[in-house]
Amino acid sequence: MSAQVLFDAPGPKGRRNMVIVNIVGAIVVIGIAVLVLIRFGQTGQLEADRWTSMFTANAWMNFLIPGLRNTLIAAALSIVFSMLFGIVFGLGRLTTIAPLRWISGIVVEFFRAVPVLIMMVAFWLGFGYAQTFDPNTVPLVAVVLALTLYNGSVIAELVRSGVFGLPKGQREAAAAIGMTHSKSLRLVELPQALIAMLPSLVSQFVVILKDSALGSWVTYNELLFMSRLYGSGNGNMLQALIVAALIFILLNWMLTKLADYVAKRLSSRTAAPVHAPDADVQEEIEEKAKA
Amino acid sequence: MNLFEQIGYLFSNYDVVGSFWVNIQLTFWAAIGAMILGTVLALMRVSPAPSLQWAGLTYVTLVRNTPLTIIITMGVLGVWGQLQITFADNFDLNFFIFACIGLAVYHAAFVCEALRSGVNTVPLGQAEAARAIGLPFLTAARLVIFPQAFRGAVAPLGNTLIALIKNSTVAAVGSVATETSSVMRTMIEFNGNMVVLIFMIFAVGYVILVVPVGVVTTTLSRKLAVAR
Repeated sequence: MSAQVLFDAPGPKGRRNMVIVNIVGAIVVIGIAVLVLIRFGQTGQLEADRWTSMFTANAWMNFLIPGLRNTLIAAALSIVFSMLFGIVFGLGRLTTIAPLRWISGIVVEFFRAVPVLIMMVAFWLGFGYAQTFDPNTVPLVAVVLALTLYNGSVIAELVRSGVFGLPKGQREAAAAIGMTHSKSLRLVELPQALIAMLPSLVSQFVVILKDSALGSWVTYNELLFMSRLYGSGNGNMLQALIVAALIFILLNWMLTKLADYVAKRLSSRTAAPVHAPDADVQEEIEEKAKA
Repeated sequence: MNLFEQIGYLFSNYDVVGSFWVNIQLTFWAAIGAMILGTVLALMRVSPAPSLQWAGLTYVTLVRNTPLTIIITMGVLGVWGQLQITFADNFDLNFFIFACIGLAVYHAAFVCEALRSGVNTVPLGQAEAARAIGLPFLTAARLVIFPQAFRGAVAPLGNTLIALIKNSTVAAVGSVATETSSVMRTMIEFNGNMVVLIFMIFAVGYVILVVPVGVVTTTLSRKLAVAR
């Protein structure tokens, strides 16, 4: 249902009311902004150098850009590994070999239920204690592994729902030309499912990028960590955090736009319905696939 | 020590159950806050006034793309540390409230989207019928659209609740030292030889918390779905 049917095309009275609501709405929004600014002024947050110091070469070359680079490294590694994990366990849940199916099911359900931060902290301290890796790379390993296990499980579910979403005829056609179940999965169903789930996949990358900021708590020097470092050194923590947040928002917003674009472009490339659902809520499609 | 002695040792020396209770409390208050804020945002987004639609859309776009970690860090280091806003004299309670607000602010954006997807499940005819009997926007939304939208939104709302339960661990970033991930960190730091066991205790705890919520919301979403 489009939201537009909730109200009529406004007549003269309606248009007048709309102007009033618009003005009131604008006053409320501006009022909140003014209150925030007054508070900023009282606590000295509006002093120019607190803001200008965010736009110096020192801030960017020594803190924000190295931090951003580390964020992107962690996110890129996690994206690649969670794709692999997701395809392996997604197919594992679809195979005809029952024990493999059960193990994949347990693995996926388990890692989907455990909070990412719990995994990250456990890997960080666990690997640190076991001394399996160079101490400098332990935080990165913990971040990538935790993000991979969680998001990989979500992607495995996406693979499963993508294959479920395909019309039955695809499987029947594969069987008709003599393909085995696993061959039909690999050659016919998975490629189409991957295309159909691409938009949801890109939305999941937004989750990975966002959650990489958790790395700051396990001493991985990503963007949030570095901007906190800069903010505490220069006495402009609030401004440093705002800039870091804006960088994250910009990156994720571009990824979201990419997901929408991909969804539009791909709808003709597969027999399955193509969705670009909201990140974090994509289990919804799975429900539909089951029903 | 055998396995049972180790488990006994960990449970008697650390307040594991209490730490889960803190996360449940965080989830409870944040869920209420997110529900209220999210409903208001959803109303704004489907309202006829462009200024309200714009404000709602801006909120959702900004908040959904910001890491929760930054929101909670900003609460503690920015709002408390720099703007000197406090909610309670008690240090622990103050950080607890900040964490609840951070969680609520973040998840309200997802509640808003869930409700909007619920509004999309309501057939056009319902809104037309409400209009035909002369109900204005707010009354139509309150009496006809939103009651059905809530029932249609149970599944995505359940997913948001599950995400909220898991994300309540991020309160650790906001100096809530009594919740699970902080307690687990302390436990591992002092008992490095029991890393796997400690991790499993907390992981299984979350599985126990999360799985029933999923089952209940799935059943509810089937039961409450408006038959059409």
